Amino acid sequence: MNNLTIVQAHKGLLEKKFSALELTKFFLNKIKKQDKKISAFITVTDDLALSQAKKVDRLISEDKKIPILAGVPVAVKDNILVEGIKATCASKILENYVAPYDATCIKKLKELGAVILGKTNLDEFAMGSSTEHSAFFPTKNPHDLTRVPGGSSGGSAAAVAADLCCYSLGSDTGGSIRQPASFCGVNGLKPTYGAVSRYGLIAFASSLDQIGPITKTAEDAQIVFDVISGKDQLDSTSVESPKLQTTNYKLQTIKIGIPKEYFIKGMDPEVEKIVRQAIKEIKGMRAKIEEISLPHTEYALAVYYIIMPSEASANLARYDGVKYGLSKPDKDLLGVYLKTRAQGFGDEVKRRIMLGTYALSAGYYDAYYLKAQKVRTLIRHDFDKAFKKVDVIFTPTSPFTAFKLGEKIKDPVSMYLSDIFTASVNLVGLPAVSVPVGSIGKLPVGLQIIGKPFEENKILEISKIYE
Amino acid sequence: MINKQQVNHIAKLARIELKEKEIGKLREDLSSILDYFNSLKKVDVSNVEPTFHPVEYYFKERLDVMRQDRAESQPEQVVDKLIAAAPDKKKRHIKVKAVFK
Repeated sequence: MNNLTIVQAHKGLLEKKFSALELTKFFLNKIKKQDKKISAFITVTDDLALSQAKKVDRLISEDKKIPILAGVPVAVKDNILVEGIKATCASKILENYVAPYDATCIKKLKELGAVILGKTNLDEFAMGSSTEHSAFFPTKNPHDLTRVPGGSSGGSAAAVAADLCCYSLGSDTGGSIRQPASFCGVNGLKPTYGAVSRYGLIAFASSLDQIGPITKTAEDAQIVFDVISGKDQLDSTSVESPKLQTTNYKLQTIKIGIPKEYFIKGMDPEVEKIVRQAIKEIKGMRAKIEEISLPHTEYALAVYYIIMPSEASANLARYDGVKYGLSKPDKDLLGVYLKTRAQGFGDEVKRRIMLGTYALSAGYYDAYYLKAQKVRTLIRHDFDKAFKKVDVIFTPTSPFTAFKLGEKIKDPVSMYLSDIFTASVNLVGLPAVSVPVGSIGKLPVGLQIIGKPFEENKILEISKIYE
Repeated sequence: MINKQQVNHIAKLARIELKEKEIGKLREDLSSILDYFNSLKKVDVSNVEPTFHPVEYYFKERLDVMRQDRAESQPEQVVDKLIAAAPDKKKRHIKVKAVFK
């Protein structure tokens, strides 16, 4: 039962090589034994997983047709609500918060009989690029335990890489699915903004957040995306993806854009070499390669680090010690707010709330927030122009491989540079996947494939040539 | 460099009580991040409209779609769970410190 993809697990269940209960117990056991050294999970949901598995076995024993995700074990990032299970967001402020309902994506998975193994670690409120900002413990990279798994979906990516689940769900605000997928050598899809309902995802930066799958293969990502996507009455920004003919294409007719701004000084030359090699490989299969320019790329990270904390500072105003979560008593209401938030939030969350509050405050709104939203338009125009010439865009996912634990934690700006190749995609709302294309020593390197809106299936289809 | 009064002012707006040590560290961190934002000064944005949201861009025609302004209640069991989550409550009411003197 080692290293099963979704497709293989489904096949195994159909051919009765193992039961859903056996498969679930296998993973729960493996988590118990191996997660001590990786720390991918915050909560393991044994009871829930076993009861879901038994239901699927009942269907199989009755010879009922089962959906492809039925009985297949999944891990869920701990900022996505699973009814009756703690949703901590890796924060002290939500340490004992129990989700009162299912997120829409979880509801969809449960309806198909998915087996939820547990909730995975993240940077507190998904704010970070290494999972070291978790209020509980850092997660380690399964390829090298002295290194970070990336972040913020570090637990979800490490759990897939260490084969502690068949696939997982993460969330991506500026690279939080793709960068850890790249560091851990797995596939990570950030869907088009609006393609997947955000209902039940603990809000971070609402114009940027998207839920997406982290998987062992592109085919698995297509399967999960197909299930969790779609318009949801409970998220007014969700949309029905237009039915596009994206899987029937010939590689020879595909035009791939390589933006020169994504091969910069300061990036690891070995990473660049591996990504260039991957481009050469697809060129050898007769795809057309064209150098393009996305001239406002150099401003994307600054724009992202203004808009994201601004939205976060507003979203996190809800943690007031009154409605739910941590509450610290004081003599008056203001005192309750001040003390609860002082003790409930970690340093990085405070830093971003402060930054966002500053960018939105009187006298600075025009210079920072509004300016950033205007430059965002220019970044969008860059992609519009590029996509008139090419079908997809190839870039490195990250300028470097997984770094050492502790290496960047003290210097926020150097940590923020981890998002340099991924943040633009969120600002514009495009779909993108990180796919493993090689490694330096033990450390995986990811290629990012960016598509036009709603062309998730096309970028995943193209990424299959690297499997 | 951003000064101590500014940090205190923002902390008050953000409703976060800061320790003396945190104020010093935030002065440094926020200043270096704000320095990083200076690169944006070079960009000419005259006559450029802001993009507040990606959905605006893909779906211009459905921007004004609103649901009916009608309250739709949650199932009782969800309501019970929501109330149960409040730290301080009396029956089905959430307790809040007095706001008016």
